[in-house]
Amino acid sequence: MKNSLSLCPSAAWSLVHRRSFLGQASLGLGSVALASLLEPRLLSASKKESQEQRAIPAGIAGFPQFAAKAKRVIFLCMAGGPSHLESFDYKPKLAELHGQPMPMSFTQNQPIAQLQGQKLVCQAPMLKFKKWGDSGQQISDVFPHIGSVADDICIVRSLHTDQINHDPAHTVMNTGTSISGRPSMGSWINYGLGSESAEIPGFVVLTSRGGRNPQPIATRQWHSGFLPSRYQGVEFDSTGDPVHYVANPKGVDRERQRKLVDTVSALNRIRNETVDNPEITTRISQYEMAFRMQTSVPELMDISKEPKHILDNYGVGGADGSFAYNCLLARRLAERGTRFIHLYHRGWDHHNDLVRYMNVCAGLCDRPTAALINDLKQRGMLDDTLIVWGGEFGRTPMAQSNKGKVGRDHHMRAFSMFLCGGGIKGGITHGATDELGYNAAEDIVHINDLHATMLHLLGIDHKRLIYRYQGRDFRLTDVGGDIVENILA
Amino acid sequence: MTRLPKTILELLVCGLFAVLPRANTAVADEGRVEFNRDIRPILAENCYACHGPDKNAREADLRLDSEKTAFKKLEDGAQTLVPGDPEKSELYQRVTATDSDTRMPPNESGKKLTKSQIELIGRWIKQGAKWQGHWAFIPPRRSDPPKVEQAKRMHNEIDRFVLAKIEAKGLQPSAAADRITLIRRVSFDLTGLPPSIVEVDAFLNDNSEQAFEKVVDRLLASKHYGERMAVHWLDLVRYADSGGYHSDNEHHISPYRDYVIHAFNDNMPFDRFTREQLAGDLLPNPTTEQIIATGYNRLNKTTEEGGAQPGEYLEKYAADRVRTTAGTWMGATLGCAECHDHKYDPYTTKDFYRFAAFFADIKEIGKYGGGGRREPELLVPSREQAIQLAQLEKQIAQKTTELSKLGEKNESKQVESLKSQIQSLETQKSALQKQFTRTLITVAVAPREMRILPRGNWLDRSGLVVTPSIPEFLKKEQAKARRLNRLDLANWFVSQDNPLTARVFANRLWKMFFGTGLSKVLDDVGAQGEWPTHPELLDRLAVEFIDSGWDVKHMIKRLVLSNTYQQSSLMNTKLRETDPLNRLFARQSRWRLDAEMIRDNALAVSGLLIRKIGGRSVKPYQPTGYWKHLNFPQRKWKNDADENQYRRALYTHWQRTFLHPSLLAFDAPSREECTAERPVSNTPKAALTLLNDPTYVEAARVLAVRIIQSADNTNARIRWVWRQVLSRNPNEREIGVLTRLVNENLEYYNSNPEAAKAMLTNGIAASPKDIEPVQVAAWTAVARAILNLNETITRN
Repeated sequence: MKNSLSLCPSAAWSLVHRRSFLGQASLGLGSVALASLLEPRLLSASKKESQEQRAIPAGIAGFPQFAAKAKRVIFLCMAGGPSHLESFDYKPKLAELHGQPMPMSFTQNQPIAQLQGQKLVCQAPMLKFKKWGDSGQQISDVFPHIGSVADDICIVRSLHTDQINHDPAHTVMNTGTSISGRPSMGSWINYGLGSESAEIPGFVVLTSRGGRNPQPIATRQWHSGFLPSRYQGVEFDSTGDPVHYVANPKGVDRERQRKLVDTVSALNRIRNETVDNPEITTRISQYEMAFRMQTSVPELMDISKEPKHILDNYGVGGADGSFAYNCLLARRLAERGTRFIHLYHRGWDHHNDLVRYMNVCAGLCDRPTAALINDLKQRGMLDDTLIVWGGEFGRTPMAQSNKGKVGRDHHMRAFSMFLCGGGIKGGITHGATDELGYNAAEDIVHINDLHATMLHLLGIDHKRLIYRYQGRDFRLTDVGGDIVENILA
Repeated sequence: MTRLPKTILELLVCGLFAVLPRANTAVADEGRVEFNRDIRPILAENCYACHGPDKNAREADLRLDSEKTAFKKLEDGAQTLVPGDPEKSELYQRVTATDSDTRMPPNESGKKLTKSQIELIGRWIKQGAKWQGHWAFIPPRRSDPPKVEQAKRMHNEIDRFVLAKIEAKGLQPSAAADRITLIRRVSFDLTGLPPSIVEVDAFLNDNSEQAFEKVVDRLLASKHYGERMAVHWLDLVRYADSGGYHSDNEHHISPYRDYVIHAFNDNMPFDRFTREQLAGDLLPNPTTEQIIATGYNRLNKTTEEGGAQPGEYLEKYAADRVRTTAGTWMGATLGCAECHDHKYDPYTTKDFYRFAAFFADIKEIGKYGGGGRREPELLVPSREQAIQLAQLEKQIAQKTTELSKLGEKNESKQVESLKSQIQSLETQKSALQKQFTRTLITVAVAPREMRILPRGNWLDRSGLVVTPSIPEFLKKEQAKARRLNRLDLANWFVSQDNPLTARVFANRLWKMFFGTGLSKVLDDVGAQGEWPTHPELLDRLAVEFIDSGWDVKHMIKRLVLSNTYQQSSLMNTKLRETDPLNRLFARQSRWRLDAEMIRDNALAVSGLLIRKIGGRSVKPYQPTGYWKHLNFPQRKWKNDADENQYRRALYTHWQRTFLHPSLLAFDAPSREECTAERPVSNTPKAALTLLNDPTYVEAARVLAVRIIQSADNTNARIRWVWRQVLSRNPNEREIGVLTRLVNENLEYYNSNPEAAKAMLTNGIAASPKDIEPVQVAAWTAVARAILNLNETITRN
């Protein structure tokens, strides 16, 4: 509830007690709906919680609802939309029809992005594919490192989405709908499960770029929408301050800052003797957490103590904001309890010169992705870390030739992603597209289904992760969402 | 003997009610079950998804949201509701059934009625199952204020309505707040700015009965009142300085923002305000300001993205306008009906598209070219510039007349001088005109065809073609012969027939001054909204708003002059137990200030604030690189280096996809969608912002100079700054804590003079040369501490 923060603790407590009383009396008010009346932490925390615990945003009482396979998610977003036809979905039929008109039966009355008004001709796969590992999964040649972990990953070839342009398609991928103002999945998951760290935010975003001229990416993609703001994603920056306002002002050292925070808290406590306002208690703990973040965030970003072989595996040259550096940070965040780690690599929008740009992007992303999987595995963390890899949509089976060397346009009817770790069955390929890679055809997976599956692995029934807003119970999965059972370990 | 168990049962039932939400507690008190208050919320929550307005989702052809259908005989002869007889009422039978196949709601719905809800339904049927139209959909009535015991505590009828409920609970209203709290409260509430020490002292020393009223009148007449009121309106209409999609380029609309500020300052009647924004272009001989007002219709998000399909985006823009317009004026979630009939309220999909059709005449395109241009636009002067322009033109005209009297051929010095004066005025005029701003406006063209889009799918052109209309169930008059337009819509919003507009506005005003709406859910007064805690009061305010000629200042004055408003906000044990959420208003509420006020307050108390109204949006310090993800084109935020660095926060350049992080940390909305209520968070990010954002550090540093200049000893200085920021005197312990802080810092900076010099580089404001950096740095610590206090950012 929007004004819940002005509750006094005992009032909140009495409501909590009412709620448990109601529950026992089987009066069954929708538990989550009621939870939204209160700060979730008030529901799950004990009365004797320390100040430190109070600073940690807790989840909804009773969540996870069943044994979770995954405790956290690392979402590797290949922003721009990598071609499924040059990565995980080999279509020899396209080679046969290369240069011929795309059959009208596919394209009639279908939305089209930059190929509006252009001739639609079939484009053969531009990269070679190979079978990898014991599982023999087909992956294109530009991803040798991902190929090397083929037996760990589950390729899904039958995804589709609702939007054909980047901005709204990212919004669908992150919030389950293209209407803005809804919470992103990282916010939902933190709202449901809470955070595990008092020093590092529960939802962290890292970005890198390289490849074709990158598409913009909006803060909407990690916004908490109508959920409380504390669930907003925090972007960590590898240049400048890693987090906004995390550095002390000029002329202020750590000791001065410590004393300042102590002074603020001391004065707040004196005031609270008169006004008895629980907001003050919360504020004191938030200042404490803020102060700790001022050390813990720079410490997190500092990879100087990582051994050389680890740096080499990732291909990290330093704190340079590359995808490789971000993958290493993702592991460090995972170790520190961050619930949702979202990496964006911007550069996959290959309208033209696709072969060259695929090589550039894969050159930047392939090795670090595999290194992250191996690193987590070696630390025993892959079992409870769900990794998701892919873009916001796929690319057309038709050539795009109006911008120089051949590329492919945006495509929403079919694309591929892969999942790994955290309760996912490795070494399998799920679903299929039609023979031209145009439509998802078998075991079709919508974004809502992907989200339902992710939540399931986190121990959450996607239909029960709800928040009442404008008179309606909203979900990450909107009105859809079927768990993709076949890919579960 | 037989009575005893019944009494116990009653006690039990009452005990149960004591723990239910408040609305139901009232039932136990009054015995009488009211459909709107008690029953409708149960049906809406548990039944309407399948037995409500959405005909496609309706089961068993049963509809429980309308009187006509809820009482009709079912196919098998049974009747859903039989007044007076729960046993014969199928509804009651089904909700009490033990067999899970017949019990409602069904298991798979995940919904379940509580025992007390079932009991309520039974009691309601027994009492005659009296139906009521939904409270917000029937015209507001003016009821007389109830009788109260403590008549002397009344200032106006608002107090009577509130006190009656408080007395019914056996509670007492809170004592009046102390004067310092009161003037701080009302200054923030009416202008978004703190009172100055002079203003505080004037109020403290005014012993007249009208002392508070004088303060209120002064604040309502302040030019800052309009700025404060505008923020809320700009949230609703989602005012921003950028297009919102993809490249999110800057679009030009700041004159509309200034129009809103001036409209509130001029106390423009709300009906006129409504007409001008929705349809200023359709008014007879519209003024420039009325055309600027129509920027409202162009505030939707727009795209320039390469592959965007214009047809798709025109539909997105249409839906965006429906959501915002219905949300702003009607408190309705009409947007839900884009793909299906509304699940809870009687809005149909057809209603949605007919509503959208009001805006089908707006000249626009689906995909714009790059660079943020969004024709049609108009180049306009600000209000000040318009005055200057008029003066210049008048002078030019005068001089020209003088010149013509002298005759062109005359070569006297006088003529030469006149010619050069005219020349110089012309130069000034063209320089002034260069400062004019472009602004998005509405131009009406032949309306484009609007169709119902099945499931909201823009590619499906099989739906009915529709013309503009207000939602069917709210119609009172027969349709006009001609096609309706935006002006008709505006007229309907502010007509006597409209049950929503005045209520929704009055409710939001109440929230602004009391912390929680009389109906808590500000953006939905439909079936899933909340039955108001004080329905008669809300109705009375709505009627008064209309009867006053939609006079906003009049309404606000009544609210803040009430004793209810002036109560202390302190919690006491009794209230904590009985009314923790303060829904009875037996005290004032307290809350963290809005994002804008937090910044404005820091600038005001430090003396940095530039109190200029309006103009182009400004760029206060923003972390480097925050815009790095923007593209087409790539661009950099350039901090303003002049007085625009110190403008009020509402003038901050509002980049929808990258809202200024300092505003974001305090819950300002991105303004992509209509926002009626902001969340209020309390996070580490907010703490980091107040501690380290250069805006706040600079304000503290500048305040430090003023502290040093205020007195020559530590104790007096602390007393001065404490009053300067918090309006009250510090106590000895507070002085002690700050004395220690300043001494420690003096010691540190004395031995680290370089650090002191570095402190002076936070922000661009110059520091006086005659004050030692060590002194400034040490007192900056004190100022930072005070600016970071919870009390500083709280409205009590």
